Amino acid sequence: MIHFVLLISRQGKVRLTKWYSPYSQKERTKVIRELSGLILTRGPKLCNFVEWRGLRVVYKRYASLYFCMCIDEDDNELEILEIIHHYVEVLDRYFGSVCELDLIYNFHKAYFILDELLIAGELQEPSKRTVTRLVAAQDSLVETAKEQTSSITNIIAQAAK
Amino acid sequence: MGSQGGFYQSKEFLDLVKSIGEARSKAEEDRIVLSEIETLKRRISEPDTPKRKMKEYIIRLVYVEMLGHDASFGYIHAVKMTHDDTLLVKRTGYLAVTLFLNEDHDLIILIVNTIQKDLKSDNYLVVCVALNAVCKLINEETIPAVLPQIVELLAHPKEAVRKKAIMALHRFYQKSPSSVSHLVSNFRKRLCDNDPGVMGATLCPLFDLITNDVNSYKDLVISFVSILKQVAERRLPKAYDYHQMPAPFIQIKLLKILALLGSGDKQASENMYTVVGDIFRKCDSSSNIGNAVLYECICCVSSIYPNPKLLESAADAISRFLKSDSHNLKYMGIDALGRLIKISPEIAEQHQLAVIDCLEDPDDTLKRKTFELLYKMTKSTNVEVIVDRMIDYMISINDNHYKTEIASRCVELAEQFAPSNQWFIQTMNKVFEHAGDLVNIKVAHNLMRLIAEGFGEDDNTADSQLRSSAVESYLYILGEPKLPSVFLQVICWVLGEYGTADGKYSASYITGKLCDVAEAYSNDETVKAYAVTALMKIYAFEIAAGRMVDMLPECHSLMEEFLASHSTDLQQRAYELQAVIGLDAHAVESIMPSDASCEDIEVDKALSFLNGYIQESIEKGAQPYIPESERSGMLNISNFRNQDHHEASSHGLRFEAYELPKQTVQARIPPASLASTELVPVPEPVYPRESYQTTTVPSVSSDAAELKLRLDGVQKKWGRQTHFPSTSTSNSTSQKTVNGITQVDGSNTANSRTRETYDSRKQVEISPEKQKLAASLFGGPSKTEKKSATGHKSSKPSSHMVKSHAPKSSMEVASEKTSPVQQPPDLLDFGEPTVKSTAPSLDPFKDLEGLLEPTTQVSSAVNHSSTAAVTKSPDIMGLYTETPAGAHHKDSDILSGLSNSPMTNMVGGTTTMQVAQSSKSPNLKDSLEKDALVRQMGVTPSSQNPNLFKDLLG
Repeated sequence: MIHFVLLISRQGKVRLTKWYSPYSQKERTKVIRELSGLILTRGPKLCNFVEWRGLRVVYKRYASLYFCMCIDEDDNELEILEIIHHYVEVLDRYFGSVCELDLIYNFHKAYFILDELLIAGELQEPSKRTVTRLVAAQDSLVETAKEQTSSITNIIAQAAK
Repeated sequence: MGSQGGFYQSKEFLDLVKSIGEARSKAEEDRIVLSEIETLKRRISEPDTPKRKMKEYIIRLVYVEMLGHDASFGYIHAVKMTHDDTLLVKRTGYLAVTLFLNEDHDLIILIVNTIQKDLKSDNYLVVCVALNAVCKLINEETIPAVLPQIVELLAHPKEAVRKKAIMALHRFYQKSPSSVSHLVSNFRKRLCDNDPGVMGATLCPLFDLITNDVNSYKDLVISFVSILKQVAERRLPKAYDYHQMPAPFIQIKLLKILALLGSGDKQASENMYTVVGDIFRKCDSSSNIGNAVLYECICCVSSIYPNPKLLESAADAISRFLKSDSHNLKYMGIDALGRLIKISPEIAEQHQLAVIDCLEDPDDTLKRKTFELLYKMTKSTNVEVIVDRMIDYMISINDNHYKTEIASRCVELAEQFAPSNQWFIQTMNKVFEHAGDLVNIKVAHNLMRLIAEGFGEDDNTADSQLRSSAVESYLYILGEPKLPSVFLQVICWVLGEYGTADGKYSASYITGKLCDVAEAYSNDETVKAYAVTALMKIYAFEIAAGRMVDMLPECHSLMEEFLASHSTDLQQRAYELQAVIGLDAHAVESIMPSDASCEDIEVDKALSFLNGYIQESIEKGAQPYIPESERSGMLNISNFRNQDHHEASSHGLRFEAYELPKQTVQARIPPASLASTELVPVPEPVYPRESYQTTTVPSVSSDAAELKLRLDGVQKKWGRQTHFPSTSTSNSTSQKTVNGITQVDGSNTANSRTRETYDSRKQVEISPEKQKLAASLFGGPSKTEKKSATGHKSSKPSSHMVKSHAPKSSMEVASEKTSPVQQPPDLLDFGEPTVKSTAPSLDPFKDLEGLLEPTTQVSSAVNHSSTAAVTKSPDIMGLYTETPAGAHHKDSDILSGLSNSPMTNMVGGTTTMQVAQSSKSPNLKDSLEKDALVRQMGVTPSSQNPNLFKDLLG
């Protein structure tokens, strides 16, 4: 099971955090500090895995951004590496050649996508197409819903006049 | 880049993100965030904020919290937002609450209602959003509130909803297995869902269910195999392909499940061989995902009932991993090797160099993984090399978590395989010196016990040698400036117990040292307590030996200090010391017998030593104690007097409603005949329950059975509260004095613990015997490190084995055992007959019973698993019973004998001769050179990252 997902920039700035196991705010800060110290200092040719407090952290670097996932000891590290990549591919598809700025300004979108990909610390959907379709459906429905409400409020406003 | 315009954020927010991005220091960032928090606090509580604004505020809150600041003032607004009707706002609300709240947060209760409503929505997207929140927020108490709705959603027309409903149920199962235990059939049904996504999701809960109870799901083996086959044959829609692999994530999950189901089950495993073999062939080992599936295949093969062909494929895959330049693959290779050597130890041999390369690698992760492998491969012939390396590494790291782990591993290996006492003590000293405060206190107790008991029961000279060498090394180590507390405790105890035993050191020398310790570590009370008690022992031994005792001046001043200590424990010890010194030799000898720390203490549960006292009391007119069992008949007489008195009180309140606490049942203690009179006065008014019960007695006195029942209750009630503790304390104090150990912590439990660990040690110690036996049985004796796996691993089952005779061994234990159990047969490609006999899993005992001596009690509660013991041949059992405390010396003798003799490949089935231990050090050198070379060549990670993130900030 995945315990948490972290996106950290090379400078140690947090871009996204998602916790599937309970951690208090204090612990979260500590975890992030510990892990960025551990991961950001690692050389380029080493393993993409780090042992940490009896758990494994699998990380992968894309440009200046580190995607990290913390898993149990007996999970398949290579698989997690691919789940990270899977997520990045979905992000790429959604934003259209994603860059760090997309994630900085639209981190909530990144959260919505992550929620369609992982749930309760498990991969829920292995198909990229399904994920993007679902996220798109939500977005479009949001749009139409917004139009509707605005038209309804207009109607009400007019009726009230 | 271009996308950000379309998401309706205000300039303000964009500026915030930008300024944070440009912040030069953490302090500057904090300043910006704090002022943002102020703004938000103000704005968010303004009335009539438009929804769109509000939504943005919430997103800003998420941002603030993501940066590690506290945004709890806004939680309630996020909760409110989930109530909103528009999906746009609702979705943000749910996102925020799932990020903000843990499942035990107080606000959850406010959301449950909204979730319930949203789960009923006819817009499937709303349902999806609510289900996401369910997975994060619903806790054990609120599960029942949403469970029925979620079960309904399993039949929802939209696959996305079904999938999330499954995942929600999975989460519930993790939180409280009993809440969804009745839904297992639903999971099975969903396995046949039309949508591969839903089917894939179902594998998650099934994996957990199967982990907990393999046997109920054996019928699914065929289904899983056929699903896996279809997946591997690309029957799933193209959308599930990932880097040209057909649905690899589903394949991995299925392989994990098969590994569980096939573990120790030949029949089930046979169904899997073909499909797993297919996957081995089809896997594309050039892509990362292909390797992920391959790795999972290896795990599966090493878990299920072994098949030589598959093992060969697995070994091939492992050697590809290890030869790869990618550190990731090497890491996986080492891990896989660790799994496979359990079944075919000989495969490690061909990878010797690769393993040593990994050990020398600068990459810490890889190094640790390799240590894990070595740990699994350790046996008595290679233990010195491995443990030395581990300790060197342990000294070099600062990560306390891992330091603790590796220290405890060193201790474990040293305890199991120590070639000599000298080495053992030295190793333990090193471990304590460098990681003393990290190791479990039990380890220290174990070390003391080992020194006290020695290694062989019949060899007293060796034991005393061991002790004197321990004393000597500790006296030397005491010169070090700063030692960990736990280590000092061990040192004090050993010096106290054996410091003067061999007559090499004078009492005044040892006591001087002990006083130094107590002074140098004057803020550590535990150490001081150990030191005082050690002093007391030394003086006691001196007195008992008839020598004059003159206390050193520093000891005097120390005692004076302790007599006035704030710690009552220290005070008591100091007073005890004073008292002991004042006694004559005979008395001292009986309270502090020399070298009696491992003498068993008979606990006189009947308290017979108090008989005289009781007799006296009774003669003086005290009432005799009536044991519970005889109480019913006597009661009318003995308690009659009180009845009127109780009657009044009993009508005032009703007491039946209160259940008796459960523990009372166990708290029944054997007779303890004096209790009723003096020790335990039973003041009637305090126990109204009792009084109530007794009053009813006369009225129902004709009904004997009922009467008795009620009286049980009475007895338990007071029996627990007063009676039991009093006896137990008297026991433990008596132990203490006889014992002379007076351990600081847990002296009450010390005894029982010692027993327990002592037993386990016994089992461990036969392991070399078993190694030899296993070797002669399985044809893979010999002394290279590879083999060690068998030896070490088999020592574990051995402890199970013994336990399994106890009828209480549960199914769980049994299933645990199966894996080690079924391993031995794999080695026997040639020894088919014996293997066969275990195979027809259903009732392996039928075949084996003939093999067993009549004495071996195979209790029916123990299923397949205990065949482990059996298959290995009944001789093991015989050996075990004959050598009670397994003489360590003998074992190592046999082993050294083995290593001297050129080759003991008894059953010629297996491959090459093993390289003898001696040839290992050259290998190390070679490998060092080789390693340098590899490092020069460098490693190219095989990644096909998309060309992402060519961004500006980097």
